[in-house]
Amino acid sequence: MRYLPLTETDRREMLGVIGAKGVDELFRDVPESARRDGLVDLPRRNGELEVERIFERMAAKNVAAGSVPFFVGGGAYRHHVPATVDHLIQRSEFLTSYTPYQPEISQGTLQYLFEFQTQVAMITGMDVANASMYDGSTGCGEAVLMAHRVTKRRKAVLSGTLHPQYAAVVKNLSDFADYKLEIMAPALPGTSEDVISRITDETSCVVVQTPGFFGELHDLRPIAEAAHAKGALLIAVVPEIVSLGVVTPPGEMGADIVVGEGQSIGNGLNFGGPYVGLFATREKYVRQMPGRLCGETVDADGKRGYVLTLSTREQHIRREKATSNICTNSGLCCLAFTIHMSLLGEDGYRQLARINHAAAVKLAERLAAVPGVEILNKAFFNEFTMRLPRPAADVVDALAEKGVLGGVPASRLLPGAAEVEDLLIVASTEINTDADRAAYAAALKEVL
Amino acid sequence: MSGMNKQGRPTSIDGAGAACARETFTGNKALEHEEPLLFELDNPGACGVDFDDPGEFTSRLGNFERQGRIGLARVSEPEVMRHFVRLSAKNYSIDAGLYPLGSCTMKHNPRLNEKMARLPGISDVHPLQPQQTVQGSLELMSELSHWLKELTGMPGVTLSPKAGAHGELCGMMAIRAALIARGEDETRTRVLVPESAHGTNPATAALLGYKVDAIPATKEGRVDLEAFKSKLGPDVAAIMLTNPNTCGLFERDIVKIADAVHEAGAYFYCDGANFNAIVGRVRPGDLGVDAMHINLHKTFSTPHGGGGPGAGPVVFSEALVPFAPLPYVVHGDDGFRLVETEAQAKADGTTPFGRMTAFHGQMGMFVRALSYMLSHGSDGLRQVAEDAVLNANYVLASLKDDLSAPFEGPCMHEALFDDRFLKGTGVETLDFAKAMIDEGYHPMTMYFPLVVHGAMLIEPTETESKQAVDLFIATLKDLARAAKSNDKDRFTGAPYMSPRRRLDETGAARKPVLRWAPPVPAQAAE
Repeated sequence: MRYLPLTETDRREMLGVIGAKGVDELFRDVPESARRDGLVDLPRRNGELEVERIFERMAAKNVAAGSVPFFVGGGAYRHHVPATVDHLIQRSEFLTSYTPYQPEISQGTLQYLFEFQTQVAMITGMDVANASMYDGSTGCGEAVLMAHRVTKRRKAVLSGTLHPQYAAVVKNLSDFADYKLEIMAPALPGTSEDVISRITDETSCVVVQTPGFFGELHDLRPIAEAAHAKGALLIAVVPEIVSLGVVTPPGEMGADIVVGEGQSIGNGLNFGGPYVGLFATREKYVRQMPGRLCGETVDADGKRGYVLTLSTREQHIRREKATSNICTNSGLCCLAFTIHMSLLGEDGYRQLARINHAAAVKLAERLAAVPGVEILNKAFFNEFTMRLPRPAADVVDALAEKGVLGGVPASRLLPGAAEVEDLLIVASTEINTDADRAAYAAALKEVL
Repeated sequence: MSGMNKQGRPTSIDGAGAACARETFTGNKALEHEEPLLFELDNPGACGVDFDDPGEFTSRLGNFERQGRIGLARVSEPEVMRHFVRLSAKNYSIDAGLYPLGSCTMKHNPRLNEKMARLPGISDVHPLQPQQTVQGSLELMSELSHWLKELTGMPGVTLSPKAGAHGELCGMMAIRAALIARGEDETRTRVLVPESAHGTNPATAALLGYKVDAIPATKEGRVDLEAFKSKLGPDVAAIMLTNPNTCGLFERDIVKIADAVHEAGAYFYCDGANFNAIVGRVRPGDLGVDAMHINLHKTFSTPHGGGGPGAGPVVFSEALVPFAPLPYVVHGDDGFRLVETEAQAKADGTTPFGRMTAFHGQMGMFVRALSYMLSHGSDGLRQVAEDAVLNANYVLASLKDDLSAPFEGPCMHEALFDDRFLKGTGVETLDFAKAMIDEGYHPMTMYFPLVVHGAMLIEPTETESKQAVDLFIATLKDLARAAKSNDKDRFTGAPYMSPRRRLDETGAARKPVLRWAPPVPAQAAE
């Protein structure tokens, strides 16, 4: 087998050194009832060519996003990733190294984590960021637990702007950790949500997403003020991190913790993962943060270097007293993010965001002209919600039949909520051309 | 020129650090470059991308337009390339050398897996596309589930957990959900965890509000069956046990332990971090396990990527299957379908405890793991376990007289040593490990498990050749001999040859610097 270097001769010699007659002897501690002599009931080995054929056959049963006019968002966005990114993350030294527990021979990983933390802090407008969470949704759950630790309170309020699957992740954690939670009704664009009246002396945090699940941009300032007045924290969730190239960052609107989904920068769609959770906060809360942190220091020769630090918060040191059980995070996805962000830089990041906004504005204008379509948003970035004259799920299926992937029907993530049945959430990024927009408008006109 | 051969190469090392005596003007060492932070390369006007202007449009940002500079560095593509290539040169990797980190299973990462994960029909698919447009992805998830269930002998699996610790959390949530359904959540508040467990185990149990109760180990490095039984009671929710355990040993009494757990009405959570030792040879389902996570980034060769992404699918026993979280894939007459809401689950007759993450899990890792499984097949995977165990036992047998081994073999896929052989040398486990760096090796796992003093846990994996393992063994013998013959500086000052020497971790924690900040010009001028 091509991945196994030992030959039969090697194995015999090694067993001789060990003093065992056969390899079965090495498994003698396994209870007899659990020993299996034969093979598991699965196919035998395959060469590369055969494996490629199997995957190509499965791949052919999907519609690749790049093969059609594509407008699906809802927490994952299709962007162009420069060729440099995928080349660099496949370098052996990045791809096949472990968590940098031995800093002397892991400075490559540690330095890019330090750069990643800096970039995340900069774009969110916060003091510090950690070295990543699994994704935006799990980061959101961790942020709520952190707010409970900081405030020593046990009740969170989730705004109806929050992605329903993020809310489900938070709810799951809260249920099992016995925390209280108030989940507000979906905050439809064009309506106003009264989060502030829900904040009491018992509230540990308010979680607000911007751009919200329906694409609307939200003003965090009054919510931050109200939360702080009651001793609660504001957690801001940013599902589309490209937005911060043109939108006021949560850090400038009073957020105490910012959670982001970093997939849009450097990482592909990958059917939902792996992605990269961004997690930033104020300096004063650093010791309550979950996850890994990379810090600057010096070595024995006085040279600048980097190490994982403040690990007394972490499970491998603190065990049951840790701030989180997270261990492996999203190292390589952070690297992809950092490289892509480095290529963009200040000017490219802003310009990319502007192009995204322009694409969405142009699409909204086109679709608004289709009879029966109403765009609900007042302010948005690259995603908006439209009301259709019939259930959005059916429309999306009909559009798919015509070769257009037209968006996310709100009912898919908010089943049973009658008021969202006709709502379709549509995203547009730099990948969309005028021809894509024309194709969408034409197809929509036909199916409605 | 004494100590040099005719080619001018040194034939002996005169003293610690002698090889690095010459300082260069640049600080570079030939192929290895000192590399500034990205932000120190900032060059206003430079950019690594080219975009077309979007043209005229009416902004819909409302009053949320960002003001002021963000502070991101401005660099061109060649500079970005060089920056990260130079950084990469400062990393050790499994592609470059043996990486014997115990319990981490640093095995070869086949590039076929990477190629498959990048097929556009697989990578360029959105999680919320209509389901009729993602039938290939759902089939892939279904196929991976089938392999995981067959290999573990367990009837159910959830794919969504994002890494091992997330899988643990998922498994323990399913257990708690089952106890809630039985009406015993209030009474069962204790979780038993062996002293030798990974830190994630107690952290996970604590996150769910359980009291963690440590089970002592026997002198043979296994769970003390009698002590364990005495801790069982009607208030115990579960045991969290790693098997093979973190001492590298198979728990001989595992079936008895499982029976006792079940008799007491509790559940058996197995930490599957060490599944590589038994894949294809022993099925956890035959041992009485109720839930076990599988680190696809260990046993199934998906790359560790410098700390992720991982993937931690969890297999479940019959008792826990109904509580598995959303989403999951079912196969019906009209193809594959995702069950992703409570209403759909109800119609399907299950009672999921909730949701671990947005979307459906680490698809990119599923592809790589399945590619590895299909490559090996049932026969190859069995050989994986056998060779992994053979390599570890070969290391144990070859080194037990030069180092010191706390427990009798045979071991499973990793060999545990302690620091008794260093007694009186002034060299500690950490020093010994750092000296390995100078010899071109990544150190083994150190000071873990906590049950032996100065632990050194070596996991060579099955993808090391005999020649590579022989050289590794010879190196450790040389180092052990050096430590015992008073060559202390070689260890206590090590590493000398790496891009950085030992780093001041205490200083880093005392006054944390967690991001770059622009220099303050006024202070710099003074």
